[in-house]
Amino acid sequence: MPFIPHTETDISEMLATIGVDSVDALFDEIPESLRIDGLSGIPDALGEAEIVRLMRERAELDSGLMNFVGAGAYEHHIPAAVWDIASRGEFYSAYTPYQAEASQGTLQVIYEYQSMMTELTGMDVSNASLYDGATAFAEACLMAVRGNRRCQSRRILTTRGLSPAFRSVATALLEGQGLELVELPQLDEGIADVAAFEQLQGEEFAALAIQQPGFLGTLEAVDQLTDLAHARGMLVIAVCNPTSLALLRPPGQWGETGADIACGEGQPLGIPVSSGGPYFGYMVCRQTLVRQMPGRIVGRTVDLDGRPGFTLTLQAREQHIRRSKATSNICTNQGLMVTAATIYLSLLGGEGLQRVAAQAHANTRSLARGLAQLDGVELVYEEFFHEAVLRLDRSVAPVLDALAEQGILGGYDLSADYPELGHALLVCATETRTPADIDHYIQQLGAALANSRAA
Amino acid sequence: MYEALIFEHSRPGRGAPGHAPANPPAPKLAGHLLRSAAPALPAVTELQVVRHFTRLSQQNFSIDTHFYPLGSCTMKYNPKVCNRLALLPGFAERHPLGPESHGQGFLACMFELQEMLQAATGMTAFSLTPMAGAQGEFAGVAMIMAYHRSRGDTQRNEIIVPDAAHGTNPATATMCGCSVREIPTGADGDVDLDALRAAVGPRTAGIMLTNPSTLGVFERKIPEIAAIVHGAGGLLYYDGANLNAILGRALPAAMGFDVMHINLHKTFSTPHGGGGPGSGAVGVNERLAPFLPVPVVGKTEAGYRWLTETDRPQSIGRLSAFMGNAGILLRAYVYMRMLGGRGMRRVADYATLNANYLMSRLAAAGFRVAYPERRASHEFIVSLKDLSRDTGITAMDVAKALLDKGFHAPTTYFPLLVPECLLIEPTETEAREELDAFADAMIELRNQARHEPEALKAAPLTLPVRRLDDVRAAKQLDLAWRPTA
Repeated sequence: MPFIPHTETDISEMLATIGVDSVDALFDEIPESLRIDGLSGIPDALGEAEIVRLMRERAELDSGLMNFVGAGAYEHHIPAAVWDIASRGEFYSAYTPYQAEASQGTLQVIYEYQSMMTELTGMDVSNASLYDGATAFAEACLMAVRGNRRCQSRRILTTRGLSPAFRSVATALLEGQGLELVELPQLDEGIADVAAFEQLQGEEFAALAIQQPGFLGTLEAVDQLTDLAHARGMLVIAVCNPTSLALLRPPGQWGETGADIACGEGQPLGIPVSSGGPYFGYMVCRQTLVRQMPGRIVGRTVDLDGRPGFTLTLQAREQHIRRSKATSNICTNQGLMVTAATIYLSLLGGEGLQRVAAQAHANTRSLARGLAQLDGVELVYEEFFHEAVLRLDRSVAPVLDALAEQGILGGYDLSADYPELGHALLVCATETRTPADIDHYIQQLGAALANSRAA
Repeated sequence: MYEALIFEHSRPGRGAPGHAPANPPAPKLAGHLLRSAAPALPAVTELQVVRHFTRLSQQNFSIDTHFYPLGSCTMKYNPKVCNRLALLPGFAERHPLGPESHGQGFLACMFELQEMLQAATGMTAFSLTPMAGAQGEFAGVAMIMAYHRSRGDTQRNEIIVPDAAHGTNPATATMCGCSVREIPTGADGDVDLDALRAAVGPRTAGIMLTNPSTLGVFERKIPEIAAIVHGAGGLLYYDGANLNAILGRALPAAMGFDVMHINLHKTFSTPHGGGGPGSGAVGVNERLAPFLPVPVVGKTEAGYRWLTETDRPQSIGRLSAFMGNAGILLRAYVYMRMLGGRGMRRVADYATLNANYLMSRLAAAGFRVAYPERRASHEFIVSLKDLSRDTGITAMDVAKALLDKGFHAPTTYFPLLVPECLLIEPTETEAREELDAFADAMIELRNQARHEPEALKAAPLTLPVRRLDDVRAAKQLDLAWRPTA
């Protein structure tokens, strides 16, 4: 029996100790009308060799695309040591570190993670992570509404560069509590219209959420936006790609006093893109907001002998203590992913991460400039981090299909989320793409466009 | 045993080159956008990193190293092959926005996972996107609310939860904009039906129940409960935290539940990972199916495809940027295929056998079991109230002393209504010797509590640290390392 250690002798002796004559008897409190004989409709068990064969075949079906899409999930080189260590049973099969003395490994990893995230973002404190970037953003909105004591508004103003996926997840999660997201107008340069923000009259918002770099890869006027928001009594939520923060000025240094909360998708830090998860959402904030923060937090303290040690702290915010009055219903952090991210950041170091960011930026620039040389392709914004918008002279979807047939995942079709941009395509080339890869894509897009023109 | 922080191993000029491009061109970005210096992350070699994190791992208890009878958490063995296969390059490197044509392998697994979960619960449809049990709960309550609203029944905003419920239940109700009404548990461990009758009414949106309950007993009055709640116009939410106890023995749908979540990291053995990722797939009956969170995987003659907002206009929407904890779903899929239908029923059988055996052994040794007249489900409660009164030794002291004996502690002080309680869940993957060793340790500790209580108060002594100063941790917050420059 797979994963069941009981021998016939064990079973009969254990039943005798209990004082029943069969395993069936152990279920006699289930009303008779509800008892079933077994499960139908589930395939028979496979042995390990069989499931390995099946999964290899299926994985093979999904492989073979050269990736030029980001749009919220980024392919980076992941050092072998990251998942070798994170997959160790002592990390992989441990529970939440409620018994601190038996969980110092996990707790110290989280403390180191929190330290790295505060350094990367320039913020004071970090939690132990949330499910993913989108849910971290939703929690940041709730936190801003709780934390902004100067205003009663449950509305959050956002830049149009906020990820459409983040926007739709936040809407689904926040509707029940009466929160509303409102969008700032965007300029032709692909960034928020600061003048329109200045002129917004008579409307109250709890916070302004600024994604930097924006979903379109562009770079917002974060200092002006932050200072204007603060002057209006709003908090500022920064949404940032963590890789970009090795290069860009961190949210803790935006404007005069910095953002109040920062969050985002942690996946670029050593997590495979893996069909969308598991990833992790990071969240950091200003010290004064720490008691409004959702999720687990690890603190350093001392033990009875005065030795340093780590423990979960500020638990009075959480659901297992506060129940219906908790800051969130969250009862998890993405512990294993954070373990991987902490190892990743240790291996890369600050300068290594900066080189990753700079190379991704340079590769995307060279891809975008090369593509813009093609007939019928135009580069929409000049300044961007590691994603660029291209406008085609025809619908994007069939072009992407043609590229997929050539083994290229050619980008993200923006026409549904940003119809004002026309036939727009978002592309990304991280440090994993070589000059030859980039040339190959340029050539293939050229061919795809020429073929469909001829047709 | 103290392992210095990774930052304390750092020296300027050190590093693990080769993981980042050697010489990228200078960024073409305006100077005001750039940070003044690279972030001060550790500068350490690869060997230092490997040694540091390996040593930290050795400071953990885990299923791979210790018996972990943590009630309500289902800490069963996590087969190695599940992890290995989820990380196959074809799966790990598949971008979530990749075309369906290059995702048929993954989509096939997800479609079949949906179908297996339907078969295991009796529900008619599943969505796999919730990323943890609590998010599954959110999805469930949000669907209940959407259902009532779709019928113009807008005054229903009250969620009923028993006092023994997980803290996530009331917290979830709040997140969905509902108020919470708590009902008491009777002396026999079942819900107090009179209290329930008094609680339901035109404002009842639904009830959230765990069955078997967190008290470790099967809720025998579930048919009556379903009749009362449905009769009042409310719906029933099944918290699948304890599904492990009834897998292949009873179906939540047949009990009258309209919607449920399954903690795949419990029943279907995906890793707990030191606190996540979890996975809280959510299942519904016919009437709630239109409201399921998207995306869901559908099957057509041309192959598998995503069903999105366009196909499901009444959906409560998206709960994650892409497809939930996709890699965790793959692990659950592998595990379920290895069990098959019969193997799933064995899960409940041997989890229940182990729990009842361990309960019998402890009861025979004189421990006070919370519900001695009842069968244990896959877990049970021991109350140390008498021991605490006689010796001053608390459930926490016993928990810490168990760590010294090489056992992870059971869940302590939950559920809240049993004083000085230990909630013990051995799971089906533990051998009898392990249960016997645990029972012997409990008996030994009880004797020690009577003769040398100070020894238990001092525990643990064999771990990397002794008991920690939690008050100091909360008062003198130290949440991040800072260079002492």
